[in-house]
Amino acid sequence: MAIETISLSGRKKEVSNKKMTFWESLYLVAIFKGLMITIKHLFTRKVTIKYPEQTRELSPVYRGQHMLMRDDQGRERCTACGLCALSCPAEAITMKAEERKPDEMHLYREEKYASIYEINMLRCIFCGLCEEACPKEAIYLTKSRVMVKSATNREDFIYGKDKLVMPLDMAIKNTPNTAAN
Amino acid sequence: MEQAIIIEKSVIIIAVFALTMLMAMYSTLAERKIAAWLQDRIGPNRAGKGGILQPLADGLKLFAKEEFIPNTPNKFLFFVGPAVSMSAALMTSAVIPWGDKLHLFGRDIILQATDIDVALLYIFGVLSVGIYGVMIGGWASNNKFSLMSAMRAASQMISYEVAMGLSIIALIMMTGTLSLREIAAGQEGMHWNVFYQPLGFLIFLVCSFAETNRTPFDLAECEAELIGGYHTEYSSMKMGFYLFAEYASMFISSTILAVLYFGAYNYPGMNWMEENVGINIANIIGIIVLFLKLCFFIFFYMWVRWTVPRFRYDQLMRLGWKILIPLSIANIIITGIVILLVE
Repeated sequence: MAIETISLSGRKKEVSNKKMTFWESLYLVAIFKGLMITIKHLFTRKVTIKYPEQTRELSPVYRGQHMLMRDDQGRERCTACGLCALSCPAEAITMKAEERKPDEMHLYREEKYASIYEINMLRCIFCGLCEEACPKEAIYLTKSRVMVKSATNREDFIYGKDKLVMPLDMAIKNTPNTAAN
Repeated sequence: MEQAIIIEKSVIIIAVFALTMLMAMYSTLAERKIAAWLQDRIGPNRAGKGGILQPLADGLKLFAKEEFIPNTPNKFLFFVGPAVSMSAALMTSAVIPWGDKLHLFGRDIILQATDIDVALLYIFGVLSVGIYGVMIGGWASNNKFSLMSAMRAASQMISYEVAMGLSIIALIMMTGTLSLREIAAGQEGMHWNVFYQPLGFLIFLVCSFAETNRTPFDLAECEAELIGGYHTEYSSMKMGFYLFAEYASMFISSTILAVLYFGAYNYPGMNWMEENVGINIANIIGIIVLFLKLCFFIFFYMWVRWTVPRFRYDQLMRLGWKILIPLSIANIIITGIVILLVE
């Protein structure tokens, strides 16, 4: 088999430069066929998603905004091991670890915590490898529909702990009632 | 009696003018809607119910836009361009018979702004003035690309006017008149000219597309080759005027197509209606029938626009000079022979 005729996809078509017949060269038949095709589309279902009223269904593997989790007692799970930063292919994550003081037992779960935890949203590709790498189940990519907000300043795209850590009221809601007593 | 005629004609003129404006306005919405539907979209639906106020919103936007005038050698011409286009597009509606006649206040009111014997010649005369709008606009823009585009548009319009005029001659030979009213009246019942002049109709249709600058002959606009076309330098409502003129002329040429070839206001059983129901009702139905016919043609214009890609310039000229003109001459000869044989 000659290399020119091999078609891996099975869709390859030979270009035909044959001379057009009289009816073909009139184009009227072709134009009429085209008109019939377009008129059919008048009656087909419209695929538009009317955005503010309807929203597109998210795919099951959708990955949105990151969140640093708290445990069932409201303590930050992150132990600043740096595995997420290591696994990040875009090198978007930076962090600085610090030792937990005795009076901070209720704030951080492990002896070590991240005093600074930053994700550069200009670099982040939302691949979810940080989530997979984390041994403490501390970082998750949420299903949040809120995309990275636009800004005019590059610094505004570096999300610190103020934006990443799970808000306390959400943590309270998640806490089981028995633990609250 | 004189006064009555003046009042009657003024009412008709104002009504026709308002109708043309309204149709042009809503053609813009229809264009966008039909484009959307043909592409499986929904189209504008935010302004008003189903987007019904969209033309008003568009107009408001055009008025509110910044007016930018290039450093042109002749500012006056720059302003005149869109106005010429617009008035040429609107003037043709004066001779179109919108219906046969109404019988009101003991008088027969002819539903036509003016019934002149050379209506067809008048239409062709005014249509060719429309080229000036494009040409002046392109020249006064002081922009090479606009000028080139205007030249192209003008040569296109002139070429197709020849074929259009020739295709009409066969029709005139058949009907023996240049008056649109008589042509319309001659197509009583189902004796529509399209059945006797299919080739002439086809040529006329293609030429109308070219004359109104619609796809596939919209070479006056060409984002790909000449930035934007002859109206590149126009902004705000002057640009709006050019676009509006296109829609107005589309409406008028749809009407002419309906009147010349598709039986105008005639519908089967019109005589029966006149005798049994009354002349007024029969003619009001006639107006509605004409309206439906021209709406179909407007739809057809848009349908073709969203189906057929634009011609290349040399293809356009080849089609005009080498195909349509010989064809229309052949059509004249065939019509002549047939008339000779029949008589």
